[in-house]
Amino acid sequence: MSAVEDVVTEAPAVEAVPKRAMTLGYGTSLLVLAALILIPLFVKNFIIFQLTMLLIYGLAVLALNILTGGSGQFSLGQSAFYAVGAYTSAILMEHAGMNYALTLPIAGVICFGFGFLFGQPALRLSGVYLALATFALATAMPQLLKLGYFEYWTGGVQGLVVTKPDAPFGLPMGQDMWLYYFTLAVTIAIYLASVNLLRSRSGRAFMAIRDNEIAASAMGVDVALYKTLAFGVSAGITGVAGGLGAIAVQFVAPDGYTITLAISLFLGMVVGGVGWLPGSIVGSAFIIFVPNIAENISKGLSGAVFGVLLFLVIFLVPHGARQVAIIAQQLVAKLKKN
Amino acid sequence: MELFANQILAGIATGAIYACMALAVVMIYQAIDHLNFAQGEMAMFSTFISWQLMQWGVPYWGAFVLTVAFSFGAGIAIERLLFKPLAKAPILTNVAGFIALYAIINSVAGLIWDFTIKQYPTPFGSSPFLGSQLISTHQAGMIGITLLMLVLLFFFFRFTRVGLAMRAAASLPESARLVGINTSWMIALGWGMAAAIGSVAGMMIAPVVFLEPNMMLGVLIYGFAAAVLGGLSSPFGAVMGGFLVGIFENLVGTYIPGVGNELKLPIALALIIIVLVVKPAGLFGRAIVKRV
Amino acid sequence: MTAMLNVKDLRAYYGQVQALHGLNFSLNEGSLTTLLGANGAGKTTTLRAICNMVRSTGAIEFDGKPIGSRSTENVVRLGIAHVPQGRGTFTTMTVEENLQLGAITRTDKKNIVADIERMYEHFPKLKERYSQQAGTLSGGEQQMLAVARALMLRPRLMLLDEPSFGLAPLIVRDLFRILGKINREEKVTILVVEQNAQLALELADQAHVIETGRIVMSGNAKDIANNEDVRKSYLGY
Repeated sequence: MSAVEDVVTEAPAVEAVPKRAMTLGYGTSLLVLAALILIPLFVKNFIIFQLTMLLIYGLAVLALNILTGGSGQFSLGQSAFYAVGAYTSAILMEHAGMNYALTLPIAGVICFGFGFLFGQPALRLSGVYLALATFALATAMPQLLKLGYFEYWTGGVQGLVVTKPDAPFGLPMGQDMWLYYFTLAVTIAIYLASVNLLRSRSGRAFMAIRDNEIAASAMGVDVALYKTLAFGVSAGITGVAGGLGAIAVQFVAPDGYTITLAISLFLGMVVGGVGWLPGSIVGSAFIIFVPNIAENISKGLSGAVFGVLLFLVIFLVPHGARQVAIIAQQLVAKLKKN
Repeated sequence: MELFANQILAGIATGAIYACMALAVVMIYQAIDHLNFAQGEMAMFSTFISWQLMQWGVPYWGAFVLTVAFSFGAGIAIERLLFKPLAKAPILTNVAGFIALYAIINSVAGLIWDFTIKQYPTPFGSSPFLGSQLISTHQAGMIGITLLMLVLLFFFFRFTRVGLAMRAAASLPESARLVGINTSWMIALGWGMAAAIGSVAGMMIAPVVFLEPNMMLGVLIYGFAAAVLGGLSSPFGAVMGGFLVGIFENLVGTYIPGVGNELKLPIALALIIIVLVVKPAGLFGRAIVKRV
Repeated sequence: MTAMLNVKDLRAYYGQVQALHGLNFSLNEGSLTTLLGANGAGKTTTLRAICNMVRSTGAIEFDGKPIGSRSTENVVRLGIAHVPQGRGTFTTMTVEENLQLGAITRTDKKNIVADIERMYEHFPKLKERYSQQAGTLSGGEQQMLAVARALMLRPRLMLLDEPSFGLAPLIVRDLFRILGKINREEKVTILVVEQNAQLALELADQAHVIETGRIVMSGNAKDIANNEDVRKSYLGY
């Protein structure tokens, strides 16, 4: 061990997304919104279910985008927060008979607290070290959920069955469709709140920390507060997503929340474009549909096909869907000129 | 007390696996400043290749040497073909690339050799080492090979020109280019060496955990943890880290009540993280001074 | 006599920002030229452009052959040594290893050993500290080490970026004396970027003054030093 220290001027590990580019333009947003509202009216229940999961995973990827793309903290542990949210909703619904909608804010708050607490020791870690710590959290969670101590509440290895809610006020809507629109409303609310958060003072603090922690601290940003806050917010949103997931899938079990989920969410974030909130849904689509496509192409080599498709995506657009959006924007601008 | 000492010894024996893997992890970290999630799979694939060669009649040490050579070349090829194009892409995109590589290698290995467990031979035999019940001759051999690799790496980095160039490229890439070093090829070389070391690790580990496509996952995690614990800039630290992780794992399993096999991993990781919070650069690593 | 280095219409960019707006100058073999100008004028960018460390357009010729498409390490291998701003010392390696790294592209082992000895003659302080980690050396010593490392390449052209930065005046004088010696005795062409115009003009034969990415004045170092208007307008003294 030497007495000389490595002096490192570190380039930020997470690249900055300029504030203006953080969301879609008004026109595109309205189009997407219209599509999200109208499509379910014309498709079968199973597709509606898949769309619901698309929104739910989109929320989870959004949460990771805030944490990594926003505050520059790397996390492979989102599956743990998702699981806590899912189980919170399930336990409240099945053991306490609570209304499903009420369980979501509770799941969110509990996960926020959990994330905030985890953020404390995580303060001293960054980069690969933080990755390892969050990885530990993710691998621990399924095991904790299987523990005998909690079996009465969690249902142990078998998990809990969750009852799917009917549409309220006797609306003429199937359960799947109602759940979809409910999820859509929650998603839009959280999306708008997240955009506002990143544009606010706190958001600027996050991004200052992401770009250069030492400089941010020297400028008076309470780094510790904002880092743990980012973890908390991210965990909270993931928890809400988990709760919605439990209701949609009608079932929670420990092995549904493994490290594979955490890795999938990470891939979703990269494919969507790190730090680009609208990309979250593209990332979510990737992690839901591409594995199925891979299996259809080749049952025996589904993993390999998935890997190849993933490579294709990152070779073509290393910055994710955001890059596609920028190219599209430039094309539209060129066409407008002509 | 005797039980405790025995647990330590057993921990060192299992830790040799992690030490071996940790060496490969540190090797790659030196080259690319990042952990490569696909390294375990690459080691696994190499081990399968050696097994296949032996199925075709090649004697153990012949297969061993051929596999190490093949792995070296394959490591360089993978870097040149798949990761050089991503050199200018963000780090997180590269990490996604590692994950994709993992998926591909795991899947292909499963297809070629299927997922049933296979026996893998050891050149050291598996009788008790020097009469001890806790260390077998194979485990002693594994420790020996790991230490041998460590010594070879030390000599390589300290006393050869290429080793010096690699250290320079890893330390300050821009300055390295200014003395004429092709830093891009240094990265490729780093990958090749990491793959070769990984293949040795795989061939040493397979007799213990049995050969199958998913054999390396747990080992890789512990290998990462060991490398991080030891300090990512130090091969010696990686090896020490490996032994320590083995000891931790054993002690946790023995002395903490209610901890089954599954919880050993997160608890061991948690312990390592506690060490890191106290000593962020790892036990033997260099403190990194960050300048604004 | 064809110039050793010929720079024509050099424009350099950092992303979308243009830092050099069409530079033209040349260096004759054996000359000692200084590039002067205020902070942010583009002096460092010029050196970096020569070594292809920054995106640029225009023509750069070394010995009459274009080098603009070569990678940095390949430019260096042509015999162009670059002592960067901040010295770029390998702080975790020993003094001797730093010198060995300077010669890492050479294959003549015996001469390398002899050259290291020669460096120790030029810079006795380095010999004292040959096995010390380079990061523990003082600023002046690290600068000497950086120059020595560059010389280990046996370069034909040496580029230095603000070698006087952060060093005490006496040490700077010492350093410049050695640079002059190297230029005369070992026939190394030198291009030195400096903010300390006075000292640089004493050392150099030729000088160019850069302002916001353009050369605004070129000529004999003595003439520029004696020209009060130039000194007051561009060099601040």
